[in-house]
Amino acid sequence: MIIFKDVCKNYGENIGLSRASVHIKKGDFVFLVGPSGAGKTTFIRLILKEIEPDRGTITLAGKDITNLSRREIPEVRQKIGMVFQDFRLLEKKTVYENVAFAMEVLHRSKKEIKERVPYVLDLVGIADKADRYPHELSAGEQQRVGIARAIVNRPRVLIADEPTGNLDPVTAMEIMSLLEKINVRGTTVLMVTHAKDIVDKMHKRVVAIENGKIARDEHGSYGFETVNPYYISGEEVDPYVF
Amino acid sequence: MFSRLAYSIKQSFSQMGRNKGMYFTSICAITAMMLILGLFFVAFVNVDTFTETLKENYNVVQVYMDDENSKDDNKELGKTIEAMNGVDKVDFVSKDEALKTLKKRWGDNAYLLDNLQSNPLPNSYMVYVEDSDAAASVSKAAEGTDGVSDVVYYQDTIEKLAAVTHFIEVGSVVVMVFLIIISILIVANTIKLTVFNREKEISIMKYLGATDWFVRGPFIYGGIFMGILSSAVATGLIYVIYSKLMKVIGADVARMLSVTLVPAEYLTVNLLIIFVALGVGIGTVGSIISIRRFLMK
Repeated sequence: MIIFKDVCKNYGENIGLSRASVHIKKGDFVFLVGPSGAGKTTFIRLILKEIEPDRGTITLAGKDITNLSRREIPEVRQKIGMVFQDFRLLEKKTVYENVAFAMEVLHRSKKEIKERVPYVLDLVGIADKADRYPHELSAGEQQRVGIARAIVNRPRVLIADEPTGNLDPVTAMEIMSLLEKINVRGTTVLMVTHAKDIVDKMHKRVVAIENGKIARDEHGSYGFETVNPYYISGEEVDPYVF
Repeated sequence: MFSRLAYSIKQSFSQMGRNKGMYFTSICAITAMMLILGLFFVAFVNVDTFTETLKENYNVVQVYMDDENSKDDNKELGKTIEAMNGVDKVDFVSKDEALKTLKKRWGDNAYLLDNLQSNPLPNSYMVYVEDSDAAASVSKAAEGTDGVSDVVYYQDTIEKLAAVTHFIEVGSVVVMVFLIIISILIVANTIKLTVFNREKEISIMKYLGATDWFVRGPFIYGGIFMGILSSAVATGLIYVIYSKLMKVIGADVARMLSVTLVPAEYLTVNLLIIFVALGVGIGTVGSIISIRRFLMK
């Protein structure tokens, strides 16, 4: 589904990604881990076509996306569902409208939107909150809306950038089981995280990036020691404290 | 296709609704710009028409004959002048006809002419020429011909007028261009503020795979709407001002200068067409400028 072949990306003298080769297959669930500034964000931004690689090739869903014109980028992004740490919901839209918005952007018909949105809201477990506004929801519920919005257009890949970063451990695990549920239904999931406990518990494939290089790619555990900036003496701390 | 357009337009109206005050202020500012622009345009058109009329009226060279000339001499002269380059037509005006015309022009004071012992006016030819260049060459050639006592042609006056007209025309164009640029900047700034308000929404749209045109659409329609509304209001105001102006001073000024001012209806229709096109242009360019940076992010 996602193939990186010898991909390099530098920012001036700073290394973003150095000769990275990764093959993520259809239906995989992959954790992308590593210290801050290691190259995880570069990896994601390259898939999203926010930046261009200096060298190497990137393939998404069978299509070489290494060199695309600006016009072709939307087509790539339509294959990707994006989940953010800070949810990025539109405050003035209800839960329903936030999810419907994703379909409107792709010119889906009203009929299709009316059928699909309630189904997806039900899938992520917030069907009863459809008329609420984001500020009326808990952080976990807001992230469920974020996930609903990301999957409503049936993307091939779901990229979650620290989706549990703002959540308490219990809610974080609920979100993880939701992501797993989505993965089981056929969507490839790539999750960037610092949450060691989650990675260790899930026993999924872990791609570790360090200094721009793919340091490790295997099933199993997180593998880094206390790299989570929010992880102090075994206790998850709300990042907004910092 | 139609539903996409409808969606974009709907979005642009909801956007304007959310930023009513800002759009209203900008529309007022652009209307003011267009009002000045329009007044310059009105001046431009009228001055241009005025000069054209003058040029047409003065494309006549008057060639006066010596009194000693015989009838045949005068006929010969007429033929010589008619054969000159750039001459359209030649009309003979006899002494008697000239006096008759003068009496007519003097009207109530014509009795003063009754006491004349003899007719002091010379026979003359009204020489109609193609253009002012021809007028200059014909008058020069006529002056050097035997049997011609005088040649009258208002070349100086016309040249001076043409220079003034040209100055006014160039000045108007410069001011118009300046005002158009200001209007574009006003639109660009208004749209930019709207874009700022929707920055988060735009970034989400882009992650969702929205095309540039989908993002741009509502802003461009907003810009176009501002342009059209401003131009319509400005045209209406100019129509009112111009009609009033014509009523108050127009008739007298026109009689004095023996030219007619361009009718308000004719001017307004043309102005509306130009302004709407301009408004659409200003709106489109302004909004594209302001959103470009956000799309490149």
